[in-house]
Amino acid sequence: MAETALTNPEEPPARMAGWQGIAADWSSDQRAFKNVSWGKAMMWIFLVSDTFIFGCFLLSYMTARMSTTVPWPNASEVFALEIAGQHMPLLLIAIMTFVLISSSGTMAMAVNFGYRRDRARTAALMLVTAALGAAFVGMQAFEWTKLIMEGVRPWGNPWGAPQFGASFFMITGFHGTHVTFGVIFLVIVARKVWRGDFDHARRGFFTSRKGNYEIVEITGLYWHFVDLVWVFIFAFFYLW
Amino acid sequence: MADTAVHVAGKQPPLPLHEHAALASGVAHAEGQQHPIKLYLVVWGWLFVLSAFSYLVDYFGFQGYLRWSLILVFMMLKAGLIVAVFMHMAWERLALAYAILLPPVLVLVFVAIMVFESDYTHLIRVVFFTSPA
Repeated sequence: MAETALTNPEEPPARMAGWQGIAADWSSDQRAFKNVSWGKAMMWIFLVSDTFIFGCFLLSYMTARMSTTVPWPNASEVFALEIAGQHMPLLLIAIMTFVLISSSGTMAMAVNFGYRRDRARTAALMLVTAALGAAFVGMQAFEWTKLIMEGVRPWGNPWGAPQFGASFFMITGFHGTHVTFGVIFLVIVARKVWRGDFDHARRGFFTSRKGNYEIVEITGLYWHFVDLVWVFIFAFFYLW
Repeated sequence: MADTAVHVAGKQPPLPLHEHAALASGVAHAEGQQHPIKLYLVVWGWLFVLSAFSYLVDYFGFQGYLRWSLILVFMMLKAGLIVAVFMHMAWERLALAYAILLPPVLVLVFVAIMVFESDYTHLIRVVFFTSPA
């Protein structure tokens, strides 16, 4: 492939006219990601673009927090829970973190069993992953409710800098939306795995390549990315 | 961790070792990403430990540079484990790894720009809004 691109620079092949020529040139033998399918490459590229979106959210949060003259609310106190008279700082957030990490672990194992064509285990592990993801979203809904009851709004809150609410709702809301879509995606793919769509190439979305369980890995890439984003949110928003 | 290193070193030539790794884990079909389950369990365990450590940073109430450096170290270790093992980046070809991992690093330039900008905004706010002139 490198040879076709480099050895003969003075003699380009005859070209078709107009748009057909442009399309032919772009689609000629120029594959950059040699052993990665288009589906996986596209998921990675989507994840890069998503990284930029979350990067911009965290950046705007940093800018708001660095430029405000009002003290920033202490996240350790804001997200503390009283359990049986015990004051536990950040307890719910810690539980959410462990739940999401566990879902990443089950997802990684689902991918593994998918490539071994162990349909039952793959589908079961994906459903466990989805359940953990749903639990995460549920806890996030509880957290939002608690904060809204305590008077946090996008334009103000009882404890300090008014930008706290805007940053919180924007960042965790966008992340929670990602988790929700991930759960839906997981359930859809788990159902296809369970039914054996990938074994007999049933007609439908992503199922046509017979015996190919790569979609499980692609779903997994998205899911691990959601976990990855939470690692950064946990560090910058809750712990900083 | 030794497991990971072995796999990284072993995967550079793409095809023959692929099958070798699959054989080593006792699997008939050499296809896609195939690694021993134990590797995932070890990484899972490490992610739990590192998360517990970062929670303890807050629990013990470390402050200042110690707090920030600990938070960043645990964060980067967790992110590295997830990307390298769970997302299989350690076994992908470098062309893909660089194409995916380098662009987000450039966000740091944006961070630097916004640090200057917010310092400036903060200064202006202090000078014009907080002191009763």
